Amino acid sequence: MNQNLQSSSHLAEALPQPVAPTKLKVRALSVYYGDNQALFGIDLDIPANQVTSLIGPSGCGKSTFLRCLNRMNETIDTCRVSGDILLDDLNIYDKSIDVVHLRARVGMVFQKPNPFPKSIYDNVSYGPKIHGLAANKSEMDHIVQSSLERAGLWGEVKDRLQSPGTGLSGGQQQRLCIARAIAVEPEVILMDEPCSALDPIATAKIEELMDELKSNFTIAIVTHSMQQAARVSQRTAFFHLGKLIEVGDTEQVFTTPKETRTQEYITGRFG
Amino acid sequence: MTSEHIVRAFDEDLNKLDNIIAEMGGLAEHQLADAIEAMVRRDSALAEQVIASDRRIDALEKEVDELAVKMLALRQPMAEDLRVVITALKTSGIVERIGDYAKNIAKRSVAISQTPPIGPTKTIARMGAQVQAMIKNVLDAYVARDADKADLVRDSDSEVDLLHTSLFREILTYMMEDPRNISSCTHLLFVAKNIERIGDHATNIAENVHFLVHGSVPSERRPKDDQSSYTIVETEGSEP
Amino acid sequence: MTDATPSLPQSALDRNRKSELVAAGLKKRYAAERRFKLYGISAVVVALFFVVLLFSTIISNGYPAFTQTMVKLDVTLYEQDIDPDGTRDPEVLSNANYRKLVRLALFDLFPEVTSRSDKRKLSSMISSGAPFALRKAVMDDPTLINQRQRFLFPMSDDIDQFYKGSISSKSPESDRRVNDKQIVWLLRLVDRGLVEKNFNTTFFTHGDSREPELAGIWGAAVGSFFTLLVTLLLSFPIGIASAVYLEEFAPKNRLTQIIEVNINNLAAVPSIVFGLLGLAIFLNFFGLPRSAPLVGGMVLALMTLPTIIIAGRAALKAVPPSIREAALAMGASRIQTVSHHVLPLAMPGMLTGAILGMAQALGETAPLLMIGMVAFIVDVPGSITDPATVLPVQVYLWADSPERAFVERTSGAIIVLLGFLIMMNAAAVVLRKKFETKW
Repeated sequence: MNQNLQSSSHLAEALPQPVAPTKLKVRALSVYYGDNQALFGIDLDIPANQVTSLIGPSGCGKSTFLRCLNRMNETIDTCRVSGDILLDDLNIYDKSIDVVHLRARVGMVFQKPNPFPKSIYDNVSYGPKIHGLAANKSEMDHIVQSSLERAGLWGEVKDRLQSPGTGLSGGQQQRLCIARAIAVEPEVILMDEPCSALDPIATAKIEELMDELKSNFTIAIVTHSMQQAARVSQRTAFFHLGKLIEVGDTEQVFTTPKETRTQEYITGRFG
Repeated sequence: MTSEHIVRAFDEDLNKLDNIIAEMGGLAEHQLADAIEAMVRRDSALAEQVIASDRRIDALEKEVDELAVKMLALRQPMAEDLRVVITALKTSGIVERIGDYAKNIAKRSVAISQTPPIGPTKTIARMGAQVQAMIKNVLDAYVARDADKADLVRDSDSEVDLLHTSLFREILTYMMEDPRNISSCTHLLFVAKNIERIGDHATNIAENVHFLVHGSVPSERRPKDDQSSYTIVETEGSEP
Repeated sequence: MTDATPSLPQSALDRNRKSELVAAGLKKRYAAERRFKLYGISAVVVALFFVVLLFSTIISNGYPAFTQTMVKLDVTLYEQDIDPDGTRDPEVLSNANYRKLVRLALFDLFPEVTSRSDKRKLSSMISSGAPFALRKAVMDDPTLINQRQRFLFPMSDDIDQFYKGSISSKSPESDRRVNDKQIVWLLRLVDRGLVEKNFNTTFFTHGDSREPELAGIWGAAVGSFFTLLVTLLLSFPIGIASAVYLEEFAPKNRLTQIIEVNINNLAAVPSIVFGLLGLAIFLNFFGLPRSAPLVGGMVLALMTLPTIIIAGRAALKAVPPSIREAALAMGASRIQTVSHHVLPLAMPGMLTGAILGMAQALGETAPLLMIGMVAFIVDVPGSITDPATVLPVQVYLWADSPERAFVERTSGAIIVLLGFLIMMNAAAVVLRKKFETKW
C-alpha cells in the first residue's frame, strides 16, 4: 500500500534527509493510553542498515515509540495508536497486515534478558520453527549455529546446546536473545535498553555486536546512556514529554545540537 | 547557558576554567601595557619586572591544561561543555604566547632605552594601546560568551594591520635618513612586529569564542590588511 | 523516657541522646519479639497436639478392624446334602443347604450341646456368611464333594468383638451380646487352637453388608474411584480452559469482572447447595440415574471447578510477562504463546490445584447425600451408571449402625480415607517440587 507523502516545508525541516535509504517512515504518530496522550504527532525516518538511537529522559515516550514499530503496544488493552508507520512503503497498521508476519520482519530485544526456560537450541530455533523457516533438522541446526555465531555466542555454548538458556550469565543471556531474534532473519531489530542490566564488559560486547549486525539489519535502540548512544549510533533522535525534539546525525547532535532542550539534556542540565 | 548542571561540581569546574583564563588574560594585558610604558618612559626596572612576571602566565597555562584534561576524562562533556573545554585549552596557549611577546618587547625596551629617543616610539605606543584594547575586549567576550563582540574584535585587527604597515614604512624611512638610528629602529621593527602578532592572536581568540558560541568557525575570511611583507621604501636618489 | 523529639541530631550531645533512646527501646523490642515467637510456637504446638490426638484416636480405634477372628472347622461335604442326584448341575450346587453342613461341622465339635436354643446360640457364633464361602468353594471345585476339608470361616461380629476385648466378660450377662455359655465354647475352641486372628482381607475386598464381619470398603472405594474419575474428566479440562481464557484472552471489561467475582464466590458456597442443584437438575430434570457415580461426579465437578479455576489463574499469573512478551515479539500468535510457553510453565501449579481439588472432593459427603448416594449398596459398582456409594458416605453409614463391630470398621474406613488423602497431597507436593522452574 503506497502512501503519497506531501512534504510541507515544515516536514522538510523536521526530517533532514539522511543519505541512506529509509527503512521505516513514521508520520504523525500519536499514541494514547486511555485518556493520556503519550506521543504527539511524531515524524521520523529510520534509515536502513544503520543504528538509530532514541534518547530522552524517563517517561518521554521513547519506549512507547519503539514498541509501536512492531505493534507490541497492542498487548496493552488501553492503548490507541493513530498515524502511519511504513515499513518499506507498507503501512504496518493497515487492516490487512498480519501482526504475526510483521513481527517476523521486525524483531525485538528487551531490557531484561528473557530467554525461554528451554534449552539454548530450542530458544534459538523457536522462531524459525513457528514460522516454518527450516525444512528439516539439519537446516534448523544450520540456522541455530549461524545465529549463535553472528551473536558472538557460538564458541561459548556449542558444547551445551541442550542446557537451559536460563543457566547462562546475564550478558550471555542477552546475546542469546539477540541470536533468537536474528534467527528469523528480520529486517529490523528493535532494542529496548538492551545493556541496562549488564556489566561494562558485556555491554561492550553487545555494542560491538550491534556494529557488526548493522551491515545486515536496521537497528533502532532506546538507551538511557548518552555515551552509549554516542558510541553505537549513526542517527540520534531526542524525545521529550512525548514529542520529538531533534533528530540528526549522532556526531552533530552531540557536538552542536540545534535545540536548547537537546543541549540541556545531553549536558546534564536537566532530565 | 540558561540553566545549571544537575551535578554542581561540573559547573564549579567550568567556572574555574573561565576564571583562570580571565586571570591569564588580565595578566597578559598588563604585561603588554607595562612593556610599552617601559619602552616609552625608558624604565629598565619596569622592564625587568615584566620579564620576571611572565613565569606566572606560564604557570596558569599549565593549570588550565591539567584542569581541561581532568574534565575531559571525568565528565565526558558534550556539546557546548565540550567546546568550552577545548576552547579553554586553545586559548590558554594563545594567551601564553601573548605573554611571551610582551616579555620580548620588554627585553627590547631595555636596549632601546640606551639609544636616543625617536619618533616612531609614539606610534608604537598607540598601536600597543589598540592591541591592548583588543585583548581586553576579546577576553570580555570570552567570559560573557558574546560572539558578536568577538567578531568586532576580529574586524578591528585590520586597523592594527594598517598601522603596522605605515609604521614599517616610517621606521624604514628613519633608518634611511640617519644611519645612527639603525639599532633602535631595528628593535622598534621587532617590537612593532610583536605587537602586530599579538593582534593576530587576539583575533584567533575571537574566532575561538565564535566557535564556542555557535559551534562553527566564522565563514568569512579574516581581513588581512598587513602589507608590511610587501613593503619596499625607495631611497631618494637611487636611480636604477 | 520522653523528650521534645529533636529533628536531626546536630551535635555529639544529640547523638548520645539518640544512642540512649535506641538502647532503651531495644529491650522492649526484643521482649516483644520473644513474645511473638512464643505465640507462634505455642500455636504450632497446640495444633500439633490436636493432630496427634486425632490420629492416635483414629488409629487406636481403627486398627483392630484390620484383623478378623476366624475359626478352623473340618466340614464334611456330604453329597446327599449338596447334590443328591449327583448331577453336578451348577444350579443345584448353588442352591444347596451349605448352612446345614457348617452347623453339622460345628455340632461335631460340641457333642454335649443338645437343646435347640443352645444349638442356635452355638451356630450363631459363626458368621452367617460362612455357608457362602462353602458354596463358593464347592462351585469352584465340585470334586470337593464327599470330602472332609478344613475351612477357615469368619466368626460372628459379637464373638469377634469379644475376642478382641471390646466386650468384657465382667459386665452382667443380660447386658452383653455374648452370653456365658458362648464364652465357654469360645474358650474351648481357643484351647483346641482352632481360633486365629487373621488379616481382614474381607475389609478390602468386599462391599458393604449388614453383617460387620462381612462388610468391606471395596464397594465404596470403587464408587469413590468412579466418582472422582468423572469429576476429574469434567472439571480439569473445563477448569483449565476457563482459567486460560479468563487470564489470557478475556477482555478486561465489566462482564469479565462479574464472571470473576462469581467464580470466587462459588468457591465459598456450602457444598450441600451443589447437592441440591444436582438433585434438582441432574436427577429431576435430566432424569439421570440416582446414586450413580456419574451424577455424583458431575455434582463434585461443579464444586471443584471454582477451586481449579482459581488455582489455574494463580498459576498463570505467576508466569512472568517477560516470557509472553518474548514469545509475542518472536511472531508467535496469542494462542501459540499460551500453548507453547505459558501453559507448560503454569502446568505444575495447575496440577497441584487439581490434585488438591480432587482430594477435597474425595472427602465430600453432603452433596452426595443429597443425590442419593447414601443408599445401602452391597454390590461393587461396575460402571459409572451403577448405583454406588463413596468412602465418606460409607463412614457415615457405618457410624450410624448399631453393631459394635462397626465402630472399629468406621475408624478403619477413616484410616483408609485419610491414607488416600495424604497420598494425594504428597503427590501434589512432589509434583510441584519436581516441576518447579527457575527463571
